Amino acid sequence: MTDGWRLFKRAAEWLIEAVVRLCGWSAILFIFAIFFFIFHKTWPLFAEGFDLREFLTSARWQPTSTVHPCYGILALLVGTLAVTGLAMALAVPLGLGAAVYLSEFAGGKTKEILKIVIELLATVPSVVWGFIGYMVLGPIIIAVTGAPVGVNLLNGGIILALMSVPVIVSVGEDALKAVPDSYREAALALGASRWEIVYRVLFPAAKSGLLAAVLLGVGRAIGETMAVLMATGHAAQIPHSLLDPICTLTATIAAELGEAPRDGTHYRVLFLIGVVLFVITFIVNLTADLVVKGIRTEKE
Amino acid sequence: MHWKSGWLAALLGCLPLAFGGCWSSSGSSSNTICVEGSDTMVNVAWAWAKRYKKDRPAVTVNVSGGGSGRGIASLSNGTCDLADSSRDMTEEEIQRIVEKYGVKPIEHIVGYDALAVYVNKENPLDSISLEELAEIYGEDGKIQKWSQLGVKLPGGDAEITAVGRQNSSGTYTFFREHVLGNNRDYKANLLSQNGSKDVVLLVAKTPTAIGYSGMGYKTGDVKVLKISPKKGEPAVEPTIENAKNRSYPLTRPLQIFSRGEVHGQVKKYLDWIYGPEGQRIVENEGYVPL
Repeated sequence: MTDGWRLFKRAAEWLIEAVVRLCGWSAILFIFAIFFFIFHKTWPLFAEGFDLREFLTSARWQPTSTVHPCYGILALLVGTLAVTGLAMALAVPLGLGAAVYLSEFAGGKTKEILKIVIELLATVPSVVWGFIGYMVLGPIIIAVTGAPVGVNLLNGGIILALMSVPVIVSVGEDALKAVPDSYREAALALGASRWEIVYRVLFPAAKSGLLAAVLLGVGRAIGETMAVLMATGHAAQIPHSLLDPICTLTATIAAELGEAPRDGTHYRVLFLIGVVLFVITFIVNLTADLVVKGIRTEKE
Repeated sequence: MHWKSGWLAALLGCLPLAFGGCWSSSGSSSNTICVEGSDTMVNVAWAWAKRYKKDRPAVTVNVSGGGSGRGIASLSNGTCDLADSSRDMTEEEIQRIVEKYGVKPIEHIVGYDALAVYVNKENPLDSISLEELAEIYGEDGKIQKWSQLGVKLPGGDAEITAVGRQNSSGTYTFFREHVLGNNRDYKANLLSQNGSKDVVLLVAKTPTAIGYSGMGYKTGDVKVLKISPKKGEPAVEPTIENAKNRSYPLTRPLQIFSRGEVHGQVKKYLDWIYGPEGQRIVENEGYVPL
């Protein structure tokens, strides 16, 4: 081997390492760039004495009012939490049930076909989901419940649930599959029924993975924009029933940012809502991390 | 329907449009004209650009929507030549252009849009007054049920579902000014739709709904109401004639803003829009020519 060849190999090695390292660091770089961008946009608000208390505690969202502009996001926050909560109430049993069926009960062809279909469900774009909520689910809700309007909390919750189910199923199934077969065999040997195996053995053993599946579903639901914008009716009020139209944080940004005068108060407040969303997703992720870690140390 | 992507994408979209490949020609010898702005006007802006390109292949007109605010911001950044707008410019927006370019933005009115009030086609109502609309849409409004308008809908005494636009839209502002008056806000449970088409679609799917949107968005699934300025006065239908002679109360201008006087290709383009060809397109797209 000549020296030139060796040098070339070392240079190539170094280059590849550098590229891979850059890939790794770029995620952090991007997140900081986004952080910086959003905070940079909101910062001047505080210089001009923005009322943060009103922002967090008022349910009145009238940013373009000529009488008294008011930037309270309580209704939007409640809307986001309500629709996410409802979606999870529907999606978690459905998703975990499907995951259990796929990993423990379905076999051969059925399993393969189901998995492909569920993965296909995950690829449906969110505007299509929104459109389904608008055009199909809305009239059904009116016909079944007699509600005056079909785009509401219930509609948004169902659509979001359908969108989160594929995530919960695929991650949940992986978690269940990761439980060693020896656990199942041991349970069978003790005379446990199939249901007992699932409930008493698999669920505790796959706890952290299943929790991750649920939290990924929550993340999917909180961050979703286009589908909820269309399916929830987009009315900035605190809902009193499942059939009230609501408005979420994400949908508000998407709907209003394009037309808001650049660098005006309204524009900056929309970025501040972005900060609030950042904080919420951060808390969700952190909780997930801590819980999963807690479970791990408990095991050891 | 405006396919706006997720909020993150919306945020990223606000990064400088440096990668958009669309730079202002500012009336120089360049043969590309950039137009950006209002979603209300994007259909007609597209139709103009297409027709203009067909007749003058040497000139390209790039059109993008994204909202009046975005168009006006691009105008002051210098990334577009003309900004379509469905609202007036704010004092701040004007100031920014004056500071940067030393010229005042100029407003060009290129047509009119009549804002129609739609109800579901099952609804027996034919006309409504501006006062009644104000009580339906306004904060603490007195009209909440269809029975208060003497309308009987199948399925009992239904509540009125008021459908409107998102609060940063020019249409929202126009309706507030001309129906609610400047001292009144919309009620909180207004269904704020994200586009002119969405309003009509939702009204078509909701028997209890009432909504406002440009008259160009009328479809067979909804009914357009006649509007009277006051209860008891004759109600007027939103037609091109009635909008032209101003007897229809909800008529608004379609505005295009430029940085100061226009020159070169941009001036030629605007002159063409004012000409017979451009005005015919305004009418074809469901708006009212000058």
